[in-house]
Amino acid sequence: MAVKVMIPTPLRPFAGKKDSIELKARTVGEALGSLTTEFAELRKHLYTDDGKIRSFVNVYLNDEDIRYLEKENTPLKDGDTISIVPSIAGGR
Amino acid sequence: MLLKEKMQTLLLNEKLAKGIRSHGSQMYPHECCGALFGLDSDSGREVRELFPLVNRRTDSPRNRFSVTPDDVLYADRAARDAGLAVVGWYHSHPDHPAIPSEFDREHAWPWYSYVIVSVAKGEAQTVASWRLADDRMRFEPEKISAGAAANAMP
Repeated sequence: MAVKVMIPTPLRPFAGKKDSIELKARTVGEALGSLTTEFAELRKHLYTDDGKIRSFVNVYLNDEDIRYLEKENTPLKDGDTISIVPSIAGGR
Repeated sequence: MLLKEKMQTLLLNEKLAKGIRSHGSQMYPHECCGALFGLDSDSGREVRELFPLVNRRTDSPRNRFSVTPDDVLYADRAARDAGLAVVGWYHSHPDHPAIPSEFDREHAWPWYSYVIVSVAKGEAQTVASWRLADDRMRFEPEKISAGAAANAMP
């Protein structure tokens, strides 16, 4: 499926300075895998060392958080848009 | 290497720095948080507006803060409407130095400026800014400049 992944501003330096990437994938996980294969420097900012999406990284398919869909197995259809939005967290 | 070798500069005038200190004091002993609206230019990154937010971390607000993705999108839209961008975030460290914690590092992205104000017994102290290194291994200090006409940070 041909989909678009929107790249948030802080991660654009790691994605060829692009604000969106178009690619083909069957699931959200496959799309993110393809994205981070093409732009390897992105991977550590989205995934932990053991391959899980970082807890503060939220992935939306169109306007829906994939945690409430089928997570990374969420199927894609042509024209879908994937967005990556951080939660901002921290503390002493 | 994507991160510039020389130390980055954050232009934060005294009025805005005072706003961050006030927010930190006001929320003490809880952590405050907010977005920094501004612009990048050749001379550095200039903060033009503060966008105070609610700390959503209600279970441990004394040592944690959280800005939800909805609030992030809300801040992004508000910044765009003002012709600016979200260039960073600020929060307070109650009774703790203005130095990023390991928890801060684990939850950060490069590029953003992370401003921290230390608040000791309700009194705001140091304001410091940090950027995460591209390899995620550490925070780099970011020099704060109040601009030519204003006083330097304490």
